[in-house]
Amino acid sequence: MSTPYKAPSAENIALLEKLVAALKRRGIVTEEEIARRRETAERASPETGARMVARAWTDPAFRELLLRDGTAAAESFGVSMKGNPPLGVLEDTAEVHHLVVCTLCSCYPRAVIGYPPHWYKSAAYRARAVREPRAVLAEWGTVLPAGVQVRVVDSTADYRWMVLPLRPEGTEGWSEERLASLVTRDHLVGVALPGATAGAAAAA
Amino acid sequence: MDDALPPAQHDLGGNPRFRCVPVEPDVDPPMDDFGKRVDALRVVLREKGLLTTDEQRLHIEGLPERDYFGLTYYEKWLRSITAVMLAKGQVTWDELK
Repeated sequence: MSTPYKAPSAENIALLEKLVAALKRRGIVTEEEIARRRETAERASPETGARMVARAWTDPAFRELLLRDGTAAAESFGVSMKGNPPLGVLEDTAEVHHLVVCTLCSCYPRAVIGYPPHWYKSAAYRARAVREPRAVLAEWGTVLPAGVQVRVVDSTADYRWMVLPLRPEGTEGWSEERLASLVTRDHLVGVALPGATAGAAAAA
Repeated sequence: MDDALPPAQHDLGGNPRFRCVPVEPDVDPPMDDFGKRVDALRVVLREKGLLTTDEQRLHIEGLPERDYFGLTYYEKWLRSITAVMLAKGQVTWDELK
């Protein structure tokens, strides 16, 4: 069974407003607080994760911090990680590629990648990423070189993961900003690999 | 571990039911207004110490199977947040009718 996008029901849209109204009446929440948290969530985007990756590609000290303490690395980019579970970062190598999934729910490092995409939350992705990761990768057109291992890592309610992909060949001497333009949400989850061409187009 | 026990409904890793279902990476609609509002409400309640991730999960994973696979993602969150607020007496059934 697939889980295609559906709109929420009128009943649940009404329930949300009744719940918010009841909480406001009791002074538990305000509309301003909800708006502020919504703005923070909307600001979070894969660009943050992409900038962290580009910095790690160019700055060995930052790379060391990112791999040791992802939360501190994110905070050094001005991201508030308060209330968020720790962020772990998985380093791809020439031998091992990482793929992130949350089999139990949909745990995702929202603070550095933004709202999770629909497919990440789908039953098909959650079920199959651990069983047949290469088949899932192939659906993105991602084919790993022969001999490269796939390591699938389960994000949980208590620990969130992001991938540090390999820096693409042909990007020697590129600025951090140009490198960041190569990196997308899909690379940070591990379903696709960055290449030099996309960034060349973006930088043109 | 008792291998004879079937996994809980939310424990989808390797579940053969979805073995032949494509992931459909192209189906990626923008986040709707309803979802953004539910998510923001969740964060406000979490910051006030009224809702933990585990409480939220408990009430999602305990949904009847029909709802677990039938409701939208943020509808499940709303149902869960509502259940936690009711259980803690922060709101009453009458207010939600």
